[in-house]
Amino acid sequence: MKFPAIDTLKNEGTSSVTLRERRNFLKMGLAVAGVYAGGKVLSLTSLVATGHASSGAAIVEEYPYNPHYSMVIRQAMCIDCELCVGACNETNQVAPPNYRTRILTKKYTGTLDKQTEFIPVLCNQCNNPPCVRGCPTKATYKDPRTGIVMMESKKCIGCKTCQLACPYDARYFSDARRAIDKCDFCWETRLSKGEELTACAAACPTGARTFGNLSDPDNVVYRLVHQIEEKVWVIRPEDDTKPNVFYMKGNMRSVDNILKGKSLDFGETF
Amino acid sequence: MIATKVDIAKRWGFHGVEALKEASPGYKMVMGFFALLTIVGLAVGLHGFFVGYHHVYNVSREMIWGMLIAAYVFCVVTSTGLCIVSSFGHVFGSEAFMPIAKRAVFLSIVFMLGGFLIIFFDIENPFRMLYYNAASPNLTSNLWWMGTLYGAYLVFMMIEYYCLLEQNHTVSRVMGFFGLVVGIAAHSNLGAIFGMLHGRPFWYGPYLPIYFIFSAAMSGGCAILFFTTLAWKINPQIMNQRMERAMKAVCLLTIYFIAIIMFFTLWKIITGSVAHGKSVVIASLISGDYAINFWFFEVFLGMALPMFLLIRSRGNNFNMILWATGLMMVGIFFMRYDIVIPGQMFSVYHSLGVEEALQRISYVPSFHEIMASIAGLSLVVLAFLVGEKMLNGHQLEHHEIVPEGAYVCPGCGGIHYMKEGETEEEAMKRHHQVW
Repeated sequence: MKFPAIDTLKNEGTSSVTLRERRNFLKMGLAVAGVYAGGKVLSLTSLVATGHASSGAAIVEEYPYNPHYSMVIRQAMCIDCELCVGACNETNQVAPPNYRTRILTKKYTGTLDKQTEFIPVLCNQCNNPPCVRGCPTKATYKDPRTGIVMMESKKCIGCKTCQLACPYDARYFSDARRAIDKCDFCWETRLSKGEELTACAAACPTGARTFGNLSDPDNVVYRLVHQIEEKVWVIRPEDDTKPNVFYMKGNMRSVDNILKGKSLDFGETF
Repeated sequence: MIATKVDIAKRWGFHGVEALKEASPGYKMVMGFFALLTIVGLAVGLHGFFVGYHHVYNVSREMIWGMLIAAYVFCVVTSTGLCIVSSFGHVFGSEAFMPIAKRAVFLSIVFMLGGFLIIFFDIENPFRMLYYNAASPNLTSNLWWMGTLYGAYLVFMMIEYYCLLEQNHTVSRVMGFFGLVVGIAAHSNLGAIFGMLHGRPFWYGPYLPIYFIFSAAMSGGCAILFFTTLAWKINPQIMNQRMERAMKAVCLLTIYFIAIIMFFTLWKIITGSVAHGKSVVIASLISGDYAINFWFFEVFLGMALPMFLLIRSRGNNFNMILWATGLMMVGIFFMRYDIVIPGQMFSVYHSLGVEEALQRISYVPSFHEIMASIAGLSLVVLAFLVGEKMLNGHQLEHHEIVPEGAYVCPGCGGIHYMKEGETEEEAMKRHHQVW
């Protein structure tokens, strides 16, 4: 396209632009820049809001490992049979009174449905583990592949700082290893040998312990953590340890559907 | 060969093993008693080492750090404190504090070694520590920093002490400065080991790393007053005008630091009693299981009584100072105990309200723990007793206190050097002019 007229026109120069026009032009430029900057801030704010929309996902925020091993405990399912404790002790050669996992009892008064609730606890394999920060010799470390908090026994000096740092009482001194020992999601005894479940999850007769890969959207653990129908929580969230063991009551229909792999089921009454 | 030995002994003001032989029978018995206590403590501690500490100690999975950690903290707090108090004089040049320097640095090394001995009996694999502390350091760990910096501190203090003996005050001053900086950093990290455990609300926060520094200064003042007055009981000749003036200065300083620690304690109690997680522990200190520890030992013996007695003593009633600081040392031990043990009195699951974690976790030190602590503490006392004799009360020579060209100021008791052609009065005026 050609604009022959332009070539023949006389250059007006900048001197003919009035001060008012310049100011208006600058104002417009600032307004455009302002809209973009403001929009950016607003978009960031709304991102934070969506981050908190689903109950479990907001606790973790990111899954830096693959497989990102994780456990969801359906508290209402636990009947305190302690088969998990026995299986763990046998699999990992834990000599009582030491234990890697245990079941706590919480009693209620004045409730109609239940008077007792059982809470299985184990190492939370935190994403932000205080034990790893506190260890002077890197004897305990976060495995870069699986996210499991592991022990390199020969480096352990036995100062017991990790034991104090742990807000989940997951560590104990093992005579056999002459080092602090802890739950490693059965990495040494099962997962590294191709098994898919930890000993405790495999032994649980009621399905209270669900074990899986949190970075896989098809995995049951991912789906349990990312639903909003039933509340998901972690123990001692105020310590900001970013645990990988999640808790839920786990007795709702929606949870059953997830576990059965159904996408929608309204039951027989509908 | 013998000639050099004699020479060094003279230069350093040593009296050597001869002095031990010449000691009175009573003194020998006291030394023997503490030597025996150290040996028995060591034997019991080593027994624990070979059978496994957790089998003979009363610590458990949930009461993790026991009396040994309290005793270790007591020793290293006192060591750092002695370094702080001695630094006023021979690092920062405040003349009044100079006469205590040698004894303070000697005792700070001894207390540090005592502390290391005690921690040896708490760490399950102490020999692994020596290797992996260097081979696999974790720079985010307060314990790593504390161990490493205390190691450096001990080296600096030893060089400093050697230079004090050699009368090389320039190097000793530089070493004293580095020792002080490294010691305070190490000590602050010791507080941070506790202060950075988020699962333990009683300890968590910036309070302990700061409190430990001031508490160390108080302990250091107390320890040097106690051991100097004790040395005066052993050999009255160590007191002279300069030392008396130093005692007055340290006495005043200790009173100040007791006042500071009173504030720390007061606000710990007041703020803690409204804080979730801390209030249960505070309640047990005020009116629960640890009330006697807190009110009688920590508050009365550790702060109130010594403050009163030290003020009453005016810094020159040495018997009163001896009693005040002796009882204060006992009180300070309980101060450390009251930090370490009550901090673990509730399980981490207490806030979850489960049956297993409702009860508080009780702890009474076992025979092995007490004896292993005593091994370290009696080693300190033994080293002090031996040091007083062999090192001649940490003086150069009995009558060689005032160097040539100087005189003892009748006004302040300090040593003043005269410039050429100056009279004593002119020198005094020059030293005491207000600038």
